[in-house]
Amino acid sequence: MQPFMETNHSGFDEHRVIHSLKHYLPAQAPLKDFVHHNTLHSFQDRPFFDAIRSASQVFGYKVALALDEYRAMYSSGQISPVVLKKVIVGHKGEARLESWLEKLLQKPYPATGTPRIGSLRSTWKKQYHIDLDSLVHPLLFRILCSYLDQGIAIWGFPVTNRTFLDALREMERHSFTSFFRTRRARRLLLDGTPSISELLALLVGDEALYETYLFDGQFAHQGWSGMVSAIEDGPQTLLDRRQLSLHDLITFELLLEIDALDAHFGTQWQPLSQKLAHKPTDLFANAPVTERDEVLMMWQEAFEWSYYDQVLAGIQQNKLARKQTLGKSFQALFCIDDREESMRRYLEQLDPRCETFGTPGFFGVEFFFQPETGKFYEKVCPAPVTPKYLIKEQGRTTKKQKDVHFNKHAHSFYSGWLISQTLGFWSALRLFLNIFRPTMSPSMASSFRHMDGAARLTIEHKHQHAPENDLQVGFTVPEMADRVEGVLKSIGLVKNFASLVYVVGHGSSTINNPHYAAYDCGACSGRSGSANARVLCYMANHPQVRVLLHERGIDIPDDTQFVGALHDTTRDEIAFFDDQALQVGNREFHQLNRQTFAEALDLNAKERSRRFESIDSSLTPEQIHDKVKIRSVSLFEPRPELNHATNALCIVGRRAMTKGLFLDRRALMNSYNYAIDPDGHYLLNILKAATPVCGGINLEYFFSRMDNQKLGAGTKLPHNVMGLIGVANGIDGDLRPGLPSQMIEVHDPLRLLMIVEHYPDVVLATIQKIPAVYEWYSNNWINLVAVHPETRALYVFKAGDFVDYYPLTDHLDAVADVEPLVESNGENFPVFILS
Amino acid sequence: MASLLPFFVLLPLAGYVVSLLVPARRETLISQIAVLTVGLHLLGAVLFMGVWLLDGHPTLDVKEIVLLQTSGYEFFVDFDFDTVTAVYLFVGAFLTFLITRYSRAYMHREAGYKRFFNTILFFYVGYTLTILSGNLETLFVGWEILGISSFLLIAFYRDRYLPVKNAVKVFSLYRIGDVGLILAMWMSHHLWHQNTTFLQLRNYELVHEHLQSHTLIGVFISVMILLSAAVKSAQLPFSSWLPRAMEGPTPSSAIFYGSLSVHLGVFLLLRTYPFWEQQVSVRVLIGTVGLCSALVATGIARVQSSVKSQIAYASIAQIGLMFIEIAAGWGHLALFHFAGNAFLRTYQLLVSPSVVSYQIREQFYHFSPHPQSIERFYPKKIAYTFYMLCLKEWNLDSFMYRFLWNPLKAVGRRLDFLTLNRVLLFFVPIYGLGLLLLVNEDALAPDLVHALPMVFSLMGLLMVLKAFTERKKARKSWVLILMNHFFVALAISFNEHFRFEQTLLYLSGIVVAGILGYVVLTRLKTLETSIDLGRFHGHAYKHRLLAFLFLLCCLGVSGFPITPTFVGEDLIFTHIHENQLALAFFTALSFIVDGLALIRIYARVFLGPHVRSVFDMAYRSS
Repeated sequence: MQPFMETNHSGFDEHRVIHSLKHYLPAQAPLKDFVHHNTLHSFQDRPFFDAIRSASQVFGYKVALALDEYRAMYSSGQISPVVLKKVIVGHKGEARLESWLEKLLQKPYPATGTPRIGSLRSTWKKQYHIDLDSLVHPLLFRILCSYLDQGIAIWGFPVTNRTFLDALREMERHSFTSFFRTRRARRLLLDGTPSISELLALLVGDEALYETYLFDGQFAHQGWSGMVSAIEDGPQTLLDRRQLSLHDLITFELLLEIDALDAHFGTQWQPLSQKLAHKPTDLFANAPVTERDEVLMMWQEAFEWSYYDQVLAGIQQNKLARKQTLGKSFQALFCIDDREESMRRYLEQLDPRCETFGTPGFFGVEFFFQPETGKFYEKVCPAPVTPKYLIKEQGRTTKKQKDVHFNKHAHSFYSGWLISQTLGFWSALRLFLNIFRPTMSPSMASSFRHMDGAARLTIEHKHQHAPENDLQVGFTVPEMADRVEGVLKSIGLVKNFASLVYVVGHGSSTINNPHYAAYDCGACSGRSGSANARVLCYMANHPQVRVLLHERGIDIPDDTQFVGALHDTTRDEIAFFDDQALQVGNREFHQLNRQTFAEALDLNAKERSRRFESIDSSLTPEQIHDKVKIRSVSLFEPRPELNHATNALCIVGRRAMTKGLFLDRRALMNSYNYAIDPDGHYLLNILKAATPVCGGINLEYFFSRMDNQKLGAGTKLPHNVMGLIGVANGIDGDLRPGLPSQMIEVHDPLRLLMIVEHYPDVVLATIQKIPAVYEWYSNNWINLVAVHPETRALYVFKAGDFVDYYPLTDHLDAVADVEPLVESNGENFPVFILS
Repeated sequence: MASLLPFFVLLPLAGYVVSLLVPARRETLISQIAVLTVGLHLLGAVLFMGVWLLDGHPTLDVKEIVLLQTSGYEFFVDFDFDTVTAVYLFVGAFLTFLITRYSRAYMHREAGYKRFFNTILFFYVGYTLTILSGNLETLFVGWEILGISSFLLIAFYRDRYLPVKNAVKVFSLYRIGDVGLILAMWMSHHLWHQNTTFLQLRNYELVHEHLQSHTLIGVFISVMILLSAAVKSAQLPFSSWLPRAMEGPTPSSAIFYGSLSVHLGVFLLLRTYPFWEQQVSVRVLIGTVGLCSALVATGIARVQSSVKSQIAYASIAQIGLMFIEIAAGWGHLALFHFAGNAFLRTYQLLVSPSVVSYQIREQFYHFSPHPQSIERFYPKKIAYTFYMLCLKEWNLDSFMYRFLWNPLKAVGRRLDFLTLNRVLLFFVPIYGLGLLLLVNEDALAPDLVHALPMVFSLMGLLMVLKAFTERKKARKSWVLILMNHFFVALAISFNEHFRFEQTLLYLSGIVVAGILGYVVLTRLKTLETSIDLGRFHGHAYKHRLLAFLFLLCCLGVSGFPITPTFVGEDLIFTHIHENQLALAFFTALSFIVDGLALIRIYARVFLGPHVRSVFDMAYRSS
């Protein structure tokens, strides 16, 4: 065999390669800060289909459904033949329609080829007959996890106040044993820091291969590498901080590899490049577009537009938007979240005089929240924002409950002996009760515990408040006015105030759910939105703020009061805050409205239940609601709720545009009135936040559904919690970023369709203002349609410009009553007109 | 009343068989059958125990079926019921009932829903058979069922690499425990000159009388029993398998490795207590194993940073304490301890996913930057050393490789010259010669007759070692395994006067399963072209039926109680004399390696990530 040698490459630049690695590794933060993001964010600078093809070739991701799945949807009518033809004609022209149609429908395309990643490193196995991964990974993961552990181990890592490598060095130096099996690797670590290129020179030999080798190695355990990279970039994401870098991880891993090879071959072995049969392909080199790629692309587009088209037709056809002349009973602000679509629909159905709005659930108030006696701050605003304000909770009345089963003494020797003989029998009873009569327990993640409704919050900045950790405690009056104005103007609520305006945050209560943060409000960085709702209400009720708002053209009547609330999307419960402070007249209205909310929650629970196998959806809403509550506290229920599954739309515009449509909880909805924002100032603010947040949610679901094994977390049933930061299978497995299969199995992987109600030229000018926002649309990671606010004419964004769009769907079925529909089946519904 | 005992085994067996017949898409029906079976079982057990308690909790024993009777040998199924059984029956029925109920919703929509409940019921059959068994032979049947169902549940996610790898690892350790039992049965047969029941063991005078003249035999049997118990209960030096077994869905890990399966070693010791009660050295040994395990496992548990491995090691430590309690003669305390520990660990495992939200909240409110643990009082060097050792699990995981599998593999590799053709050309004539000699046994010199069993059993061992290390051809490996059995049969036949029907009994199952297995492999080879043993192929992904058939063949060849080979295997051992320790060792070793080689072929060919569906499979490391 001819050893492979090549020296014409430019030198190996460690920093550049590490930077590039960090770019491609999964970016998911530890579990407590779980925020949805585009799984393939590293490819986002390229057009969508090019990018996913590339990602698939390099990393072996599955980025489309199987051909059979598309074809089955075509046969069942979910993909419309008309739309399919239109898509084919759009790409291939009228002349080639027939031949391509035949290819899409008939021709077999076996999946071929293997991903490029890992091929260089597989030489160890093929030529040296040594399985480096199984020799190195288990120990590496265990040491790494122990170093990062946030509180599972009883005896924690002995050295945590130094960098990872220094800590290891310190322990190796003062120990009778070693993590290494042989001398050389240990000496390399102890005698100063070996550079990565020095180690690679030993292992690989040829500088031209270093980069590929590092990619192969890190992507052999992308879960851990991604976590290390995320922690390096945001050390504050760990409550108990660590100084860890990808550089240290790579260095230690290379040392372990040298160690394993030394243990197996002695110190005399040849570097990898000496036995390399042929040069590996450059990882990111372009690869030709195959016919299969094109076929899958057209199927995916047809799949998406079959649904989009109904929605757009619905927007043009629905006539329910009658002018409201009656007085308003109440107004309610909800989060943009798709789970609130049905809730708003039911409120409007039960009380036609009410009005609902949607806006990102941090309600424009960005701050760190510190619960009383909490040792840390919680960020309660979108992840990219770094707030300058701190709001503290004071006078908490509820006690924190404990669960003895998490007591670590059960794991030790003598106390374990006592505990297993006493507590053990209590466990049997607890287990029995939870299986037959599940109830709330301290081990839950509960949305209502985020903030105590009876406690005070330091919302208003007073002079005696000294800054804490460079954060201002509370907001000043002008700062408050800015925020209230910002929210109200962006959603178009500037006049006709009802006497009660509810601001409803949301959260989720689940048990046995390591991904609990993903179920809470994404706009609050994976926390519940209760504090934000309360804070906004306080501000809007503040007399001095109202004076300032009056000056800015927002006239809130004196008898209008804002009431904060929290909607628990798992249990479908609502809690109102500070409602004892209501004026006498409003108190009565509030009692009535509470009733409306309660009924809407029952109905909402019923609509959700159609997706739950264990609940009979034909029961009464009250009965179902009870079952839904039990579900949220059942240990054995891996699907307490379905979170954002089936999301497909984001609608920015007046409620009138969608009020007559049954959107099946698939739409994120942001209220917006073009009339008070002719030049798109507020629209920019909305899109700036909604684009990455909604796009992130959508694409995380999209890719976790497309490839649940490599881009998702697989089934959650065997998951094991590692160091409180991630989940893995078994005890030796790599971390599993992404969403577990239980969260995505009912999800239809459609890219988000952003629908904006404004003149197309304004929309275009707005999205072009920020390149990072524009990239989502220009590269089609999100599809975009503008709706003409007066004519409801449609314009789709294509190749940098808006072009006319005429829906192909000419008829949508109408339903008078949603309840029978909900009882009918658990599948995704087409769009219906509510009559 | 004793006549009711078999029903406690037959009921789960019936449930298991019925659950096999239900189509996989009928989720509700499958889980209903499981819940109903175990629910009825629990109800029956409670009622039975009520009556039994009122009756003054007598020890019950019933000799059920005689499977084979020859002169000096009787193989029969026997049931036994006493306090130990009662506690194990109640805890087992209670937890299994809760877990099946739990899994109904938990497993919803999981691929393998049916397989899961089948395996749980199969496990339960093994469990009840083990705890109700009245003699070692019956116990062994249950023990084998537990081993296989463990393998199937660990490898539940059979298209991922790690579960399959760990399943094979655990199975290989279990195999050692199985052989401990086989050798214990072998020796006790020679001790008692009959197949004794546990009831007879309770007869102090009888045991005492036998042991007095055979002290060494007594120790040997006890140590073999301890070996089996230590493997099953993950005591030193076998502990590292337990956390690695936590690859299946959480409830199955909870019930198997948190509670029931792992406590069966304790059961075995409690059950055989009257036998070794008088052997002080054995009691000290058991206590020492328990104490060392408790100490080491506690240390390891303290440094674990993943929830499930922490619970696993903490449980091992408690079981170590139970070993001490039993050795000290406090059987009732151990029983109480078992029940408490089983409940506690099951619950802890089931709520383990909640640990994130709970501990993060704890930390949020009670964080201290340098949490203190007892180890801060150690000198730095000692502390670091112990920490590192505990983190490396005291090298327990590599221990088995270094001292057992790697040497075996090294021997096997030296046999690379054994191509299939050479094997056939050389060993078939040898075998013919052996048969010829056998027929003319009387004409041979007695020394030769004594040496021949050794020679042939060694040849058999070489066959199976080669089968175990074969990297390429699955069918070659398979044929070598079959040949091993023929050589073992030949070897033993020299030992006593040739009894054709016994050899036939032994080989009948092997021949049938062997031919069928060969056909399955050939069929698969035609369909898929490559079934070499160098990697996992995951063909179960596409060929479920073939996978199932082949599993049955493997079980048949390995002497699993579905063919007469099972009885024959025990029978073979009874023909090894008590002074032929080497022969017993070779034969036992070839049974161990035989099981490993079989499960290796099954795992490599049918399990793991599917070779042809690269884009649908999880990463190897996940």
